[in-house]
Amino acid sequence: MRPSTETELAEVMAGASGPLLVRGGGTRTLGHAAGEVLETGGLTGVELYEPGALTLVVRSGTPVAEVERVLVAERQRLAFEVPDMRGLLGREGVSTIGGVVAANAAGPRRVQVGACRDACLGVRFVDGMGTVVKNGGRVMKNVTGYDLVKLLAGSRGVLGVLTEVSFKVQALPEAEATLVIEGLDDEAGLKALRTALGSPFDVSGAARHSGRSLIRVEGMAGSVAYRTGQLRERVGGEVMVAEGEGSAALWREVRDVVPLHGKPGEVWRIATLPTAAAEIVAQLGGEALWDWGGGLVWLALDPGRGAEVAAAVAGRGHATLVKGEGGPVFPPEAPEVAALVAALKARFDPRGILNPGMMG
Amino acid sequence: MPAPDQGVIARKARIVARLRSVLPVDAVIDAPEELRAYECDALTAYRCPPLAAVLPRTTAEVSAVLRIAHEEGVPVVPRGSGTSLAGGAMPTADSVILGVARMNAVIETDYENRFIRVQSGRTNLSVSGAVEAEGFFYAPDPSSQLACAIAGNIAMNSGGAHCLKYGVTTNNLLGVTLVQMDGTVVTLGGPWGEPAGLDLLGVVCGSEGQLGVVTEAWLRILPKPEGARPVLVGFNSNEVAGACVADIIRAGILPVAIEFMDRPCIRATEAFARAGYPDCEALLIIEVEGAEAEIAEQLGRIRQIALAHDPVEFREAADEDQAKRIWLGRKSAFGAMGQINDYMCLDGTIPVSSLPHVLKRIGEMSRDFGLDVGNVFHAGDGNMHPLILFDANKPGDLEKCEAFGAEILKLCVEVGGCLTGEHGVGIEKRDLMAVQFAPEDMEAQMRVKDVFDPKWLLNPAKVFPLAATATRRAG
Repeated sequence: MRPSTETELAEVMAGASGPLLVRGGGTRTLGHAAGEVLETGGLTGVELYEPGALTLVVRSGTPVAEVERVLVAERQRLAFEVPDMRGLLGREGVSTIGGVVAANAAGPRRVQVGACRDACLGVRFVDGMGTVVKNGGRVMKNVTGYDLVKLLAGSRGVLGVLTEVSFKVQALPEAEATLVIEGLDDEAGLKALRTALGSPFDVSGAARHSGRSLIRVEGMAGSVAYRTGQLRERVGGEVMVAEGEGSAALWREVRDVVPLHGKPGEVWRIATLPTAAAEIVAQLGGEALWDWGGGLVWLALDPGRGAEVAAAVAGRGHATLVKGEGGPVFPPEAPEVAALVAALKARFDPRGILNPGMMG
Repeated sequence: MPAPDQGVIARKARIVARLRSVLPVDAVIDAPEELRAYECDALTAYRCPPLAAVLPRTTAEVSAVLRIAHEEGVPVVPRGSGTSLAGGAMPTADSVILGVARMNAVIETDYENRFIRVQSGRTNLSVSGAVEAEGFFYAPDPSSQLACAIAGNIAMNSGGAHCLKYGVTTNNLLGVTLVQMDGTVVTLGGPWGEPAGLDLLGVVCGSEGQLGVVTEAWLRILPKPEGARPVLVGFNSNEVAGACVADIIRAGILPVAIEFMDRPCIRATEAFARAGYPDCEALLIIEVEGAEAEIAEQLGRIRQIALAHDPVEFREAADEDQAKRIWLGRKSAFGAMGQINDYMCLDGTIPVSSLPHVLKRIGEMSRDFGLDVGNVFHAGDGNMHPLILFDANKPGDLEKCEAFGAEILKLCVEVGGCLTGEHGVGIEKRDLMAVQFAPEDMEAQMRVKDVFDPKWLLNPAKVFPLAATATRRAG
């Protein structure tokens, strides 16, 4: 099913007789859900775009590429850097902006500007009973009522189907530069990232893979040059500086987890404390890409290591199986949190038709 | 407020005795003269002493208190420092105030992972104070930051003057320990920040103390910028000042603050603080951060943009003293208005593009209602602070002021904005919620409360129109 208006979507959902598998473009769907496919790709178009107010309101099925095209024409962007997961997950299809929000996807710039949820100002969605609900709005400061925007961001369709999202957008910077640091082992290379993030130099990316640490700064040309110089003195190792498109290309690789594309076995996404990131990888082995200063670890491992991964991150983060067969995909919740989640699902989707089985 | 439950009031002695059985002797207050301190928050127009007040010191004590209140069917009103401008901590006669003021410890600071974990009664400014020596700060900076508690900041999702760059509380909150109304203790989020499943932390932040009592929080701390400097720009029309703000934002310059004052506010603050502001229609204070050369680069660009709009004045601060004078008037604005008369402060948000229209309409309404109003405004993010002057001793003036305020907030919603940008709904704007939300929008929000607090005992008479919550509150 592929409704083309919010009203049509609400009718389809109200009249649904069985489970629905809710999907944007299906490029970043995770988890084991089954049901009749309900696509949002028919709900397209920009509702409102005010570059001077940094606000964009867009229907959920609009392709990410289209959103980016609209923004770049006004020299703006989505600040949180939308990862393209097709290469890593071996998928095809057209990523939609609603899918990005439903996954709370965020790339390297999360360390500076927050995740997708931090850029979301408002949502419209249809709940499991087919009722249209709006929350938030299109202004940057809004504490009117509960923040269901945050609850819906990252909810992967289990509470409702997004139909429209408003974003706070960001102006493109005049310049960017990346310090490429070689000659440090993982422990020292990750320490360099933490040093940069703990400095006043407003780092917008801090990642490591393939034996190199990467630190990005963006902004006005003079400021970028100044901060690059200051950081170079503080991080150690052999430092080269990539600028402009050279720098941007490095971060697309990090954002899309390119070094782990096509690897056999499983891929885990681990959120943890930056200081624990080197040790977790040393303990588990495998090939790693660290982002967010070490707070995010993408780890390629042989299949069947789930129990060891869970043990390695226990008490210092959580792990999601983004690519692989079998086993639970999402980390287990503490019983009292699981009870709240189950009760929320029962309230928003009493018939249990939205992506049943997807998130625990 | 709804009529108090006389059954609960009749059982006061028993309820207080049970609370005393789980708390230290000095942590339960039930003497009428001492309860006066809890009869209102910073919305002082409404007052009502609670049944009792408790001041626990630990999460376990909070849990014990809530379990008893849950069993006894007693409403509980959580309270941080009581600085809410919306009546968020306003009690009813049948309620117990749960104050977190004694829970103010720093539990952990971790500079490498850039977080601090505190008990929620700690004041906003003292969080920054705890990490200042290492060159860090906590970014959200509500103007009450000297007094207001992190618990209240989380409940109201507080903002501040610098949120244009750093975001509001929800963008800087990593995790909490939350005690539910039945005493259950849950951890939501954690120092790593990324949610593991549904973002329950995201909906707890800003829920005005209706979903649980936050006793501890992990907060993001940031390295302090090397320096900061403001400029002052005066204009002869609100439209031009608004256009200048839009151009600065579009140019990709991200000042940490863009503050706007209109003529009535400029005149009031000049008379009060003598900061030397130009007598003009609209005034912007724009602050940028960074090293000396970076500040110069940004201010150079801002100057270029501002001069294209033909300002009546463009004033840079040559030194720290001049910088302070630029901020002096803005920081005295509320005090200055308070010198003239009593005032009510609103905080609706509007799309920045609607600024000239909204200011013009407020001016017209001011004449219609016969009450003066001054506007201070976080211009970068559209968060308005109209200050309506009235005389509390003049019969009917408060009611007239509230009616004027309601019209301004309706206007904010009409142009695509919202009722409240950072103060919260509380009791003040509860009955205006229907202006912004359809019944099904509010129903979806109330379902979340049903999940966290099925008996609707936690801060029950706030946020939603009383008529909409009546059956739920009745149990």
